[in-house]
Amino acid sequence: MLNYAVKRLGLSVAIVSLAMFLLFCMIYLVPGDPASVALGPRATEAMKEAMRVRMGLDQPVWVQFWNFFTGAWTGDLGEEVLSGRPVLDVVLEQLPYTLVLIAGGISWSVALGIPLGCWAAINRGSFADRLVGILSVAVIAVPSFVVAIYALLIFAVTLQWLPAIGAGEPGDVGDQLVHLILPSLAVGLGWVGYIARMVRASMLEVLEASHIRTARAFGLPERLITYRYALTIAILPTITLLGIGIGQMLSSAVFAEIVFARPGVGKLVYDAILTRNFPLVTGAVLVTTVIFVLLNLIADLIVGALDPRVRSSF
Amino acid sequence: MSTLSISGLNVHFSTEAGSLHALKDVTFDVPERRIVGIVGESGCGKSTLINAILGLLSDNGEVRSGQILFEGDQDLARLSRGQMQDLRGPRIATVFQDPMGALNPVLSVGRQMINIQYRSPQSRAAKAARAVEMLKLVRIPDAESALGRYPHQFSGGMKQRIAIAMALMMEPALLIADEPTTALDATLEVTTIELLKDLQATIGCSVMFISHHLGVIAELCDDVVVMYAGEVVERGTVRDVFRAPAHPYTRRLLECDPARQSRRTRVLPTIPGEIPDLRQRPRGCVFAPRCLERHAGCDTPQVEHALAGDHRARCNLAPARSPAAVPP
Repeated sequence: MLNYAVKRLGLSVAIVSLAMFLLFCMIYLVPGDPASVALGPRATEAMKEAMRVRMGLDQPVWVQFWNFFTGAWTGDLGEEVLSGRPVLDVVLEQLPYTLVLIAGGISWSVALGIPLGCWAAINRGSFADRLVGILSVAVIAVPSFVVAIYALLIFAVTLQWLPAIGAGEPGDVGDQLVHLILPSLAVGLGWVGYIARMVRASMLEVLEASHIRTARAFGLPERLITYRYALTIAILPTITLLGIGIGQMLSSAVFAEIVFARPGVGKLVYDAILTRNFPLVTGAVLVTTVIFVLLNLIADLIVGALDPRVRSSF
Repeated sequence: MSTLSISGLNVHFSTEAGSLHALKDVTFDVPERRIVGIVGESGCGKSTLINAILGLLSDNGEVRSGQILFEGDQDLARLSRGQMQDLRGPRIATVFQDPMGALNPVLSVGRQMINIQYRSPQSRAAKAARAVEMLKLVRIPDAESALGRYPHQFSGGMKQRIAIAMALMMEPALLIADEPTTALDATLEVTTIELLKDLQATIGCSVMFISHHLGVIAELCDDVVVMYAGEVVERGTVRDVFRAPAHPYTRRLLECDPARQSRRTRVLPTIPGEIPDLRQRPRGCVFAPRCLERHAGCDTPQVEHALAGDHRARCNLAPARSPAAVPP
C-alpha cells in the first residue's frame, strides 16, 4: 500500500507541474500588459517599466516560467494588486469555505446516490428502479445554478426554513451547518443522479459475477453478500467517478457561492475577474488545481485501500 | 440411503417467447459415498439442474413437479429460503467451473474462508486454523501466509484448489463439482482430479461431478448420468454405460471422444445438428432429429427402460439391443 501511495503521489506532482505549465502559457498568451492593468490608466510609461521589472516581465519567457514554477512550488504566488497581500494568504483564507461546500456536495451525493443505486439494482425492473432512473436523469439534467436559485426561492424565501445568504456565524458550527445545507445541495444534487446510476449499473454487473454465485452457494447471508461481497466492488468505479466529479463541483461552487453570497474561492475568483486582479485569479486557479489533484489522489488511495488488485498493479 | 435422490423433476422457465421446459422428468440417484458423473453437451440442462438442487434458480425459473430428496427426508424443491440457505455450504457444497472468478477479488482468502464458517460458534482463531488446515490439505504452499493474500495473487490451479478447500471445509454430505477442471490445463486437470478423489475418500462425502470430458468421468466416477436437452437419456455404472451404451446419443458421444480415435484423422467426428428449441419439445424422442438410428417408434413418447443392473436408457430400441434387458 505504501509503495502504491508513494508512486501515486509522484504522479500527482507531475500532474500539478503540467497544470502549472499550461496555466503559465494561458497567462502569457492572454492579450494585454499585466503592468498597465495593475497600475491603471493614469500610470506613466516609466512607472509601467518599473512595474514590469518588479514583476519580472522584462526577463526571457523561460526565465519567467522558471520563476513562476519555483515560486509556486515554494508557495510564492505573488501579490494581489489591490491590497498587495500575498496571493496565497488571500486564497487560503477563503479555501476552507469552498472545501466545506464541496464536502457537503459529496455528502449529499454519496448519502443519497449510493443507497438509491443499490436499492434500484436489488429491485431491478421494479417501479422503484424506474423511479430512481427517471429522477437520476432529471437531477443530472438540471444545472447547479438553477438548483441554487430554486432552492433559495423555495426553502429560504417562500418557506423560510433555511437561511438565504452567508456562511453563518464564525465559531458557531450549528449555524454554519444550517447555512451549508442549500448551497451544498446545489453543488451535489446532480451528482446524486450520476452516482445512483453508476452504483446501479456496477452493482448489477457485480451481482452477476460468478464469485457472488459462489458466495450464495455457500449459503452466506444475503446482507453480507450484498453489502460486503458486492457493494465493495461496485463502489470502486463510483469513487473514481467522484474524484473526477470534484472538478465539476468546484465550478458549481462558483455559482453556489455567488447565488448564496457565501465566501469562498469561487466568489474570490469571480470578484478578482471583475476587478482585473490577475495575480489573484492565477493563484486561486492554481490552488484549486492542487485541491482537485489532491482529492483525486485521495479517491485513488481509497480505491487502492479497497481493491488489492489496484495496489499490486502499481 | 442415497445422499441425493431426484425423481420426476420438471423445471420450467417463463420467457418472453413462452414457457421453456428446461428439465423434463429428470430422475437419478447420488448414492452415499459415490461419485456420480453428469455428462452432456452445452445447453443440456446441467447448470439448471445444479441451480434447482441449490435452490438458486433465477426468478423466472420454477420447479413444476418432482422431488429432490436430500439424505432421504428433505425435499429441496419444497424447502423455504432460510432452510435451503442453512443447507448450502455446510451440507451441500459447490465448486464452480471458473476458478478465476469464483473467489471474491477484494477479500483476502482467509477472510472468505472465515466468512463461510459464519454459522460456527468457534473463535476467529479456530476458524482461521481450520482454514489453514484445509489449505494444507489441498497442498497450497505456505498455507499460513496464504490466508492474508488475495485471489489474484494465486495461479488458476491454486485458485481452484482453494475453491475445493472452501467447499470441503464444512465437511458437506454432498459436493457438487461443476466442470471444476475444464478451465485448467491437462496436467493440472489430472492432479486436481486425483486430489478430489483423495479428499472425497477422506471426508466421505458423495460427489456430483459435472463434466463434458468423458475421460475424466471414466477415471473418477462410479456412476454416470447422460443428459440431453434437459432429459436423462441414460444412466448406470460407468462400467455398464461406457462398455455397452444403450442410447444412440451416448454412443455418438463416445464416438466423438478424441481419446477413442484409433486412426489418424484431421477431422474429428461430431454430432451434426443442435439441441432442439426447448419451448417446443417434440412429443417423441428429443434426440430423434440428430439420431442415426431413427425409426417409426421415435415419434412416440420414450420411456426409461431398465437394462442389466441399474443401467437404464430412455430409448424404445434399448431393450431390443441389450441382451440382458429386463422387460419394463
